[in-house]
Amino acid sequence: MDLVLLFTMIIASIAFVGLVMILTRWISPRTYNRQKGETYECGIPTQGETWIHFKAGYYLFAILFLMFDIEAVFLFPWATIVQELGIKALVGVLFFLFFLILGLAYAWRKKALEWK
Amino acid sequence: MLDFTTITTAIDQYLHSVMPAPAATLTECAIVAICAIAAYLVFAIVMIFMERKVCAAFQCRLGPTRVGFWGILQVFADVFKMLIKEIIEIKRSDHILYNLAPFLVVMSSLITFCCLPFAQGLQVLDFNIGVFFIMAASSFGILGILLAGWSSNNKFSMIGAMRSGGQMISYELSVGLSILTLVVLSGTMQISEIVEIQTQGWFIVRGHIPAIIAFIIYIIAGNAETNRAPFDLPEAESELTAGFHTEYSGMGFGLFYVAEFMNMFIIAGIASALFLGGWAPLYIPGLESFNNAMCWIPGIVWFLGKTFFVIWLLMWIRWTFPRMRIDQVLVLEWKYLVPIGLLNLLIMTICVVMGWTL
Repeated sequence: MDLVLLFTMIIASIAFVGLVMILTRWISPRTYNRQKGETYECGIPTQGETWIHFKAGYYLFAILFLMFDIEAVFLFPWATIVQELGIKALVGVLFFLFFLILGLAYAWRKKALEWK
Repeated sequence: MLDFTTITTAIDQYLHSVMPAPAATLTECAIVAICAIAAYLVFAIVMIFMERKVCAAFQCRLGPTRVGFWGILQVFADVFKMLIKEIIEIKRSDHILYNLAPFLVVMSSLITFCCLPFAQGLQVLDFNIGVFFIMAASSFGILGILLAGWSSNNKFSMIGAMRSGGQMISYELSVGLSILTLVVLSGTMQISEIVEIQTQGWFIVRGHIPAIIAFIIYIIAGNAETNRAPFDLPEAESELTAGFHTEYSGMGFGLFYVAEFMNMFIIAGIASALFLGGWAPLYIPGLESFNNAMCWIPGIVWFLGKTFFVIWLLMWIRWTFPRMRIDQVLVLEWKYLVPIGLLNLLIMTICVVMGWTL
């Protein structure tokens, strides 16, 4: 039943946005002006290309994020049963977190966390 | 306390008695979808009105007062104005992605909204991996923002979207770690169960020090997730006009605006469900008559009260602090919040294993 509801909500959100967009296109006025379709950048004509290779700094953080996000995937199942496993789970996760923090420390040492 | 499952079961039985099973299921789905979208819009309007009034109060102004009594109809007037604004087609944008972006943003926030436990039994989606699902669904919205910025073919939008992406994925880690800390304490990921456990005491009290640290980290990271000041550099008005939605006009912009406000409601709702007990009333061990008296207040009042308290806290933060730079934002996340979050997770695990929780 939950999956049916999830599917329903996905369809409902698509229908909602679609209906709103159709409604606003239907009742809003429409005039033509040669300048209207231009890119809005302070009113002067646009200079240069926008779709370029972007700053690599963001890419670096995305890679770091990937490492820590995978860790979250592994830690969630562990977190639900830590009460039953007791001290065993604590020791097990210590090793896991040790390597994870080692990775963060390495990135920190290599100055990957500075914004350049 | 009123249990909403009795009402939903009654509706279910009635529908099954008057029509065949597939038709009944279809009708139920339609009712649920309409109610969820109606609630979504009502809360969006309440939030926008509240934001204006709270902002005005912090700046010693009155806010909207003219349209309707105490300015109540102002937001409705604004929504109607936005609906009759012209949609401008940008000549050089990527049209398919440009029109797809609002769908993704609204879908992610609407699905996450459905996971909130408003009262006992009043929750649309209740998975056994609930908290994890919320994180997955909410990270979907980043995709819409990146698409919006990239497809508009505008330098302001592009820079705004990149900043937003970098900031949101970074702060998602801290949100994840503080939620993880709470999962260690509760031992389950299902939201209804998490709230059920908290009828014997809220987690922020039971988890004492690590839970309070997790709550503070969650509030900071949640504020950054919703792109609000002091973390509002994706749409910093003074440098990027409107950030990733510069090129959107009329209702295209309106949908982004609504989704942004509802993301704040969702962040506050999750904070109240996980840390402050959701619909669970205030419980003090040993004071039986007091606890019974608290049970007479309906669960939905408790949930909305706590949620709007957290929202008010977020608005207070927003109107108090100046905007940060992108390097300060990322340093705060990676050099302070992530190490503190990992350490806090260990402290919480030790507390739980040793039985030092209340």
